[in-house]
Amino acid sequence: MTEAQAVPLITDAMRAEIGVESSGTTYEVDKTMVRLFARSVGHTDPVFYDEAAAKAAGYRSLPCPPGYLGTPVFKPSAGGEGGPMGRNRGAQPSRPLNRVLNGGTDIEYLEDICAGDVLTATSHLANLEETKGSIGEMLITTNKTVYKNQDGKVVAISTGTAIRY
Amino acid sequence: MAVTWDEITEGMSVPELKKKPSTQQLVIWAAGSGDFYQIHYDKDFAVGTGLTNIIVHGALKNAFLGQFLHDWVGNEGRIKSYGCSYRGMDYPNDEYTCKGTVTKKYEKDGEKLVDLEIWGENPEGKKTTPGHATLRIGK
Repeated sequence: MTEAQAVPLITDAMRAEIGVESSGTTYEVDKTMVRLFARSVGHTDPVFYDEAAAKAAGYRSLPCPPGYLGTPVFKPSAGGEGGPMGRNRGAQPSRPLNRVLNGGTDIEYLEDICAGDVLTATSHLANLEETKGSIGEMLITTNKTVYKNQDGKVVAISTGTAIRY
Repeated sequence: MAVTWDEITEGMSVPELKKKPSTQQLVIWAAGSGDFYQIHYDKDFAVGTGLTNIIVHGALKNAFLGQFLHDWVGNEGRIKSYGCSYRGMDYPNDEYTCKGTVTKKYEKDGEKLVDLEIWGENPEGKKTTPGHATLRIGK
């Protein structure tokens, strides 16, 4: 093992980012995107496609299918399509890690989210870990995102894990 | 039909949901989810990163588990929380089966709740996405 490899991947600058809340990002929930998301999963329940069916089932409008928490408003100035799962944002590890895999997703729902809602999401880095696996050195980052609706109510909290290697 | 409270017993299995995502479905998902990472639709790119093939998006497998839960709980109940880890790759055109078992049936703060162990299996029966869920049954 060379000297460089003994240096941890996680730097002090990265640790300093743990718990720092991001500024809010706007996520819109509209009927077209609810339908597209539901269609892409293969949902067959009409509540995700037909507003009358959704209202008859007690929703304000088409409800978000599980896993869908709105679509961020696209900003061309943010730079093309960007990297997956924010791998190029913030402080970087001591050695470059160019690949990323999704490690896991957890969502807690507190209120219904329906088409017409506008969510504001703030997120923070909750945890950093480094380990070695079959794919070599891995950096495991856990991010927590809180979604509030237009009334300021927390509607969902999502926790995502990314594996960079 | 959604499950009813009286039908649920601890240890029971949830009716499974079989999915078989095509490459076309992965492209529709990319648009629906906004995840345009090329390992999910560009085989040359995927192989260039060391994979053997295009892989199914982890979040799509999570959404399949969400469909499986939604179809069981219906529109009177709600998914209170659910999640999974991505422990193994799944490939397009392979069957991916969502399964689950009720681990706990209880009432809390006036709500009828069940906890579940859930997972998605590949054709070899390996649990590539083990997870968990808490559902509210009925209103």
